[in-house]
Amino acid sequence: MFEQAKRGDSLRVSTYARPPLAPISRTCFTLSVITEETPLHAPLEIGFDYTRSLGPVLTHFMTQLANRRITGIRGSDGRVHVPPVEYDPHTAEALTEFVDVSDVGTVRTWSWVSHPVEGQPIQRPFAWALITLDGADTALLHAVDVNSTEQIHTGMRVRVRWADEPIGHITDIAYFVPADAGEERGDAPTPPRPPATERAEDGAVSTVITPIRLDYTHSVSPEESRYLRALAEGRMLGQRCPECEKVYIPPRGACPTDGVPTTTEVELPDTGIVTTFCIVNVPFLGQRIQPPYVTAYILLDGADIPFLHLVLGCEADEVRMGMRVRAAWKPREEWETSLQNVDHFEPTGEPDAPYDSYAHHL
Amino acid sequence: MTKQRAAVLGTGQTHHTTKRTDVSMPGLLREAVDRAMRDAQVDWSDIDAVVLGKAPDLFEGVMMPELFLADALGASGKPLLRVHTAGSVGGSTSLVAASLVQSGVHRRVLTVAYEKQSESNAMWALSIAPPFSMPVGAGAGGYFAPHVRSYIRRTDAPDHIGALVAVKDRRNGALNPYAHLRQEDITFDSVRASQMLWDPIRYDETCPSSDGACAMVLGDEAAGDAVDGGAAWLHGTAMRTEPTTFAGRDQVNPQAGKDAAAALWKSAGITDPLSEIDVAELYVPFSWFEPMWLENLGFTEEGSGWKLTESGATALDGTLPVNPSGGVLCTNPIGASGMLRCAEAAKQVMGRAGDYQVDGARKAVGHAYGGGSQYFAMWLVGADKPEN
Repeated sequence: MFEQAKRGDSLRVSTYARPPLAPISRTCFTLSVITEETPLHAPLEIGFDYTRSLGPVLTHFMTQLANRRITGIRGSDGRVHVPPVEYDPHTAEALTEFVDVSDVGTVRTWSWVSHPVEGQPIQRPFAWALITLDGADTALLHAVDVNSTEQIHTGMRVRVRWADEPIGHITDIAYFVPADAGEERGDAPTPPRPPATERAEDGAVSTVITPIRLDYTHSVSPEESRYLRALAEGRMLGQRCPECEKVYIPPRGACPTDGVPTTTEVELPDTGIVTTFCIVNVPFLGQRIQPPYVTAYILLDGADIPFLHLVLGCEADEVRMGMRVRAAWKPREEWETSLQNVDHFEPTGEPDAPYDSYAHHL
Repeated sequence: MTKQRAAVLGTGQTHHTTKRTDVSMPGLLREAVDRAMRDAQVDWSDIDAVVLGKAPDLFEGVMMPELFLADALGASGKPLLRVHTAGSVGGSTSLVAASLVQSGVHRRVLTVAYEKQSESNAMWALSIAPPFSMPVGAGAGGYFAPHVRSYIRRTDAPDHIGALVAVKDRRNGALNPYAHLRQEDITFDSVRASQMLWDPIRYDETCPSSDGACAMVLGDEAAGDAVDGGAAWLHGTAMRTEPTTFAGRDQVNPQAGKDAAAALWKSAGITDPLSEIDVAELYVPFSWFEPMWLENLGFTEEGSGWKLTESGATALDGTLPVNPSGGVLCTNPIGASGMLRCAEAAKQVMGRAGDYQVDGARKAVGHAYGGGSQYFAMWLVGADKPEN
């Protein structure tokens, strides 16, 4: 794991954004924040440039793409698959007989995309089409650049518009255009090219990079939203289960043990103990805090479950199980609806809690 | 209808290493599948169904990989299932495959599990911090290290136990031609001198990131009877789950693991695991988990797992060899790691474990856990048919 942690792959780290400010409305008598109880949400972006090792069949296919040639493979039933498949769909045997096919083909069916989304092959309205290239027996799904639905039909002849600089990647086939298309439409806007990979001495493309990005809107529960809004005011807000009377922070809205709604709110102090911890010395991709640092389970006084946070304010090797700590808040003007308002926890200097007092929290 | 007898007919695995860039993802699986089918002496026409397992899709960035792997797994026209229970998935996949035979639905089932960690980066994938939270996640090591510390405190274990396990497993791995890390020269002192990564866990006490796959062919009683030299007969299986966090949860000795083990022993008629089990392949990604799981599975009483380890009982020539294959500490293609435990247990009772064969192994346990120690899957296989 350590070895990988040191790798310098490109990475888009997940990003945080401050939730939008609550809109306000004025009534005759009061100024109220009408979205007070609206659950909070924020964008979460996850991305990675994945490395794909291709194996013998797709290595040949990608290497040929870099030469602006398209290669298929013959299956056990004599059909030519494009793109080539590594194993026969009927017999599961490894396939080896490559067959060059044309970069001109026929539309088998299509659908229209009036509002392309980020990452699609053409960044203006286009048609998705299943295209059988001349010499192939299977259809390839790709984008066709035409003005409107009037200009595409099943049976239409289309040809590849190659990327200006082929690199040995499926995106070397930028998109398709009508076989008789001239230059009148100009180049279609296309998404950024993925990074090229290093090629072998013989020019073979044996790996490709596939950037993948996921954009989420991360929403939290009404109960956690109340807890986060309390944090924005410098307060620690938990909830007590009516059955087992355990206090949860962050609150969950329901007790995981008893399965009943939790409605009683409990304000907790910002002091507590370290139950257990580790010292993180390992740097890794996407890390947000500079190592070494102490990751500790903090059990607030009056809470029945610890949460993970940082401990600073003493040497890492002075942190102990049972050590008394207090929240070190960031300056008030930096507060938002996040546990990050607490910069870290630091020792209070009080005597350690006895082991028996927290052994059942480990 | 009562449960049908089921057996492991053959196993196969890849050569595991950090980056298997010489193969595609389907090619990686086929390396294990082809070996398992040869070992089981079956052809594609003998396979009735395929069960696939792997850990989170974020590791390879492929959603529903079972769909694009169907051709390579010979699954056209057959039932194909995919199982997912985080790091324990190799174990639970084995159990799901076994259940398809035990239920009498299928005669022979191919099961395969894999991870191609080099396509991304597991530390990154396991440390995604959602908005509003404190970004203190630090991979699996960061998650488990505090609980290892709790174990040490709770049991007063001497702090060198982790190094003992690491030396044992890495040397065992040197006997296994498929292992990722094969370190016959590793020493107690070199482990102790390795960098502290997630204090109290040192570099040499952690598993590697591996690309790899494992496959097995499971069959019914008739198929098991036909295995040259004897099949590995299923004597029991158990799977249990619990939430990752709740107030009062025992993170060191999780209830779900204890319950699964108790169910396993009961189903297999085992009353004294330590004396009745000949070999155990336990999921130990960080060396301290050997003593922790020895207690959790009931091989010894709570607080005594480290004593069993320290006594040498878990060495290859001990009374209960644990991870003679080298285990997860030598080889960790996450999704496959649990199935490797099940397959290695089967190899032992089939007498096919080569240089790390435990003499006279008649009953063996394969064990896997995953998530935040919340998923548990285990099986017990024997050289003899179970009585019922």
